[in-house]
Amino acid sequence: MSDTKGVLVDITRCIDCESCVVACRLYNGLEVKDNSVEQTQAEKDKLATDKWTVVQKYKIEKNGNAVRRFVKEQCLHCLEPACASACFSKAFQKTPEGPVVYNEKLCVGCRYCMIACPFEIPRYEWDKAFPRVQKCQMCLARVAGNQMPACASVCPTGAIAFGNREELLKEARSRIAANPGLYVNHIYGEKEAGGTSWLYLSDVPFEQLGFRTDVPYRPIPDYTWQVLRWTPHIFIGWGALLTGMYMYTRRRAEVQAEEEMYAPVDKDE
Amino acid sequence: MARTLHFGRWHFRLTPTRYVLIFLTVAMLVAAAVRLVTGLGAVTNLSDQWPWGLWIGFDLLSGIALAGGGFSTAFLVHVLHKDKYAPVVRAALLTSLLGYIIACLSLFLDVGRWYNFWRPFVYWGYHSVLFEVFWCISLYTVVQIIEFGDIFLEKVKFPALKRIIERAMPFLLILGIALPTLHQSSLGSLFIVAVGKLNPLWWSMLIPFFFVWSAFFLGPAMVTLEGTMAARAYKREPELPVYASLTKVTMWMLIIYFIVKIIDLNYRGVLSLAFNGSFESNMFLLEMVVFVAIPIIMYAIPSIRNTQWGVFTASFLVVAGVILNRANVCFTGMAQAAGAPYSPSIWEWAITLGLWSVLILGYCFIVENFAILPREEHGKTVTSSSGVELRA
Repeated sequence: MSDTKGVLVDITRCIDCESCVVACRLYNGLEVKDNSVEQTQAEKDKLATDKWTVVQKYKIEKNGNAVRRFVKEQCLHCLEPACASACFSKAFQKTPEGPVVYNEKLCVGCRYCMIACPFEIPRYEWDKAFPRVQKCQMCLARVAGNQMPACASVCPTGAIAFGNREELLKEARSRIAANPGLYVNHIYGEKEAGGTSWLYLSDVPFEQLGFRTDVPYRPIPDYTWQVLRWTPHIFIGWGALLTGMYMYTRRRAEVQAEEEMYAPVDKDE
Repeated sequence: MARTLHFGRWHFRLTPTRYVLIFLTVAMLVAAAVRLVTGLGAVTNLSDQWPWGLWIGFDLLSGIALAGGGFSTAFLVHVLHKDKYAPVVRAALLTSLLGYIIACLSLFLDVGRWYNFWRPFVYWGYHSVLFEVFWCISLYTVVQIIEFGDIFLEKVKFPALKRIIERAMPFLLILGIALPTLHQSSLGSLFIVAVGKLNPLWWSMLIPFFFVWSAFFLGPAMVTLEGTMAARAYKREPELPVYASLTKVTMWMLIIYFIVKIIDLNYRGVLSLAFNGSFESNMFLLEMVVFVAIPIIMYAIPSIRNTQWGVFTASFLVVAGVILNRANVCFTGMAQAAGAPYSPSIWEWAITLGLWSVLILGYCFIVENFAILPREEHGKTVTSSSGVELRA
């Protein structure tokens, strides 16, 4: 896992040009259907089946001044993804390169991944007869060829940096160290949900930028596995115990009595 | 209005109530067809905020729990050989079987890519709780069909097959208790992954215990409810002594459930959430006081549990309480994380109501044509005179 790829988003450098949003759409062939003018800005900035990344806009207060901050949102590509652990047909996989990818061929459409995701990223094609789950695939084909994801490749300000996750963490730490007055001393995604491939730096507290800050640091699949791993033992142990009790309390002539005990209900009451 | 259909050796009475149920069934079939053609978005109020709705929260979670009567009475009668409960065991098995078939059908309508439903049999996502639920429910439904096959073959004679099933019966009975123990608990474990999303009043590492425990103690209450209703519908004598005796099982299990809940909340330091006046806290208190504490008291008092209305009312509260618990886990507890309200659409209700109508119709048809309920002579059941006495 040491050479798994990641992306570092530096919120202080984002200017809301949305080049990343356009690049994502073009590379992944996503056509935005519902582009009606009635949509509010907030609605346009929501992740959707045809919008795998969006830039959220925030007006907040910093040191008494009103400031604007822009947060690129997409799948964070957890190191130990809850969605993949929840999928019972292996439609979600964590690739060694880093991306968490979805294979529609295996998907049953149960939407347990959506319940599982701590960041509420997966979107569902509710309007289709055979819907798919949609989310950022982190441009797997590009990343596997050691190219940066489409969004990172077009960022004009260097707000989206691509590289080995370990090195990005070092880079993030050195940016914080070089400018402690600017950055919040936290790399979002270093530990959240056991760590994510996407990392964020910010100069304002993350909870003000719509980040869930109560996400456990323990990998989400661990919680489930702590219980689920007992399944075969319980099955065999409980089965053996039941068999033992069955033998111990066994009665004879039971079958014969049973046949005479029951009858169809009289049809005429 | 009431007339009886005959086809071969089978018969089915048509009453006004049954016409209504048949109408609901037809409406369900129409709604199901529309859902399969148009997809989920057009007919349901499901959304990215509410990926799971009525069909999961009620039909699956409550449906499977309500079918818990099958495995708890099978455990009491066939494993512990408490013969006094035998009169209700077949009815419990039947309700359970029908409940599972309904749950499977509603799941089939709920999944988006239903033609892929078999995938988990081949692609083993074994780290998913849903994988275990899927396998266990599938296997257990098959086990129940074979168990029921034994009863079916009493009427449709096929001695060779019946002998095979009878040979396998002890194995099937054990499997038929071990499997539901697993998936009843796993239906709770499904929500462990929602850590931080599901309200801490319900999220717990012990949620699998709470689910399987409540499914088990719900069994006797469900048997009492359906037995009483069947007795009324067929103008029979209810198995009151059996019900009254079963309350002891339920009462002690309810007491343990209540205590473990409090200890668990206290251990996790979230007990105070139950009293902070929020919607969630009120729903939690409602669940624990009205549907757990009150039935305990009613079951504890002999003059209540030994009367038909008393045992029926208390059992009704227990059953309603488990349904409320499942709804609280799936809806109340998830509402804050979802950030948007959800209420099922008319189509979702149509499918749910229709499926439960099928269950009732199926139950009626089967008890009228097969030996499910205790043989009755001169308006009195054979079994209530033999062995089981009322405890004052």
